[in-house]
Amino acid sequence: MNHMKYPAEYRYTREHEWVQVDGKAATVGITHHAQDQLGDVVFVELPSVGAKLQAGGPFGAVESVKAVSDIYAPISGDITEVNESLIDAPEKINEDPHGEGWLVRLTVADINELPELLSAEQYAEYVAAEADG
Amino acid sequence: MVDFGGWHMPVEYDGIISEHKAVRSNVGLFDVSHMGEIVIRGPQSVDLIDSLCSNRAADLQDGQAQYSGLLNPQGGFVDDLLVHRIASDHYFLCVNAANQDGDFAWISEHNSFEAEVTFASGDYAQLAIQGPQALATASKLTGIDLAGMRYYWFESGEFAGVPALVARTGYTGEDGFEVYVAPGVAVGVWQAILDAGAEHSICPCGLGARNTLRLEAAMSLYGHEIDSTTTPYEAGLGWIVKLDKPAFSGREVLAQQKEQGVRRKLVGFEMTDRGIARDGYRVLVDGAEAGHVTSASPAPWLGKNVGLCMLPAEHARPGREIGISIRGRSIAARTVRTPFYKRTRQ
Repeated sequence: MNHMKYPAEYRYTREHEWVQVDGKAATVGITHHAQDQLGDVVFVELPSVGAKLQAGGPFGAVESVKAVSDIYAPISGDITEVNESLIDAPEKINEDPHGEGWLVRLTVADINELPELLSAEQYAEYVAAEADG
Repeated sequence: MVDFGGWHMPVEYDGIISEHKAVRSNVGLFDVSHMGEIVIRGPQSVDLIDSLCSNRAADLQDGQAQYSGLLNPQGGFVDDLLVHRIASDHYFLCVNAANQDGDFAWISEHNSFEAEVTFASGDYAQLAIQGPQALATASKLTGIDLAGMRYYWFESGEFAGVPALVARTGYTGEDGFEVYVAPGVAVGVWQAILDAGAEHSICPCGLGARNTLRLEAAMSLYGHEIDSTTTPYEAGLGWIVKLDKPAFSGREVLAQQKEQGVRRKLVGFEMTDRGIARDGYRVLVDGAEAGHVTSASPAPWLGKNVGLCMLPAEHARPGREIGISIRGRSIAARTVRTPFYKRTRQ
């Protein structure tokens, strides 16, 4: 199987999103595992700048040819930037899910939510266990 | 891999988009061994088939196949199927995996023609070779004159060194062949086809591409466009209804629909605004819910997002602005003629 190291400085959800926090700023995307399960991503629906995200709440969708996957906020906050390049090039999510394929940036509302999320190691174990189940 | 009617099947190998495009431009290979097979033998086999199916099996000659509907008395589909006439007293039916047990029970129950009805799914694996290079690929593996075989005809003979039934049929909108062999030799035949097709860049294809290909060609999928409550006329399959047959299951309902028209009808649509319709989404006409999407997806070859939906007959004509309810919002679409894709015949 395609093995990819999950960045150690990111945090992860059980719904397969990642968040990278730098001070009050956070970047959110979907994981390598999520894009691999979806297959070729062809469409992304994201909220507008200024939208408020609630940790655990749905805020958009990533679609492949075969499936729709709702995306959930790893952490609460206000959206400051949306990755507009995904409109014309959604395949970036497949090609570089943890980098160029990021979805939104936001201002973190409550940094105390962060420890609730999975570490890279925990997430990798979670994905492995899911595959075995 | 997904569980599909008890079969463990790949949705995709390389990726749905590349597999889909390979079939449209070169050739693809599908393992469709999940499909069911039922064999009917006896002098009155054709009478049994014609009493239960909407098309006319009596029109078939030896070596000819026909798409048909196995109908209930209400005119709905028990299943859709391919009827192959091997001989006047010997027919070979290819049916849907999920319906095969029900089909066999239904046919057996209504067998007042002393026919011998055999559930034969365990005897056959099925491989589909589809695409413009299907002929060139398959011809390397058999002495059967495939170039001379007409669409919807078949022949029994040796294929890749084993006994096979080879039919010029398919579910992709392309030219191609469906090859039935014994399950024990299927892996070898699969490999032989891949080897023969290598020079044409043959691509193994999964269920995902099978679905997008048949959708572009606007071919029905049981449980989506057709089911036990949908008639052939509603599904745009009037061409498989032969009302001039004396009697068959569902004929009265169909005769009435033919005379009075249907209340609802299947129609194709394409999204005109950004959004992808999916199976089961609601369809809005003038802002009000009017029907539902039966199948929809991105169409990889056409580069559009398309679908089929069931609408009241008065709305089911091409060129109408409709809305598809996607995550609570109405996204604009327009009804269009089907098929969305039609191959250019060489």
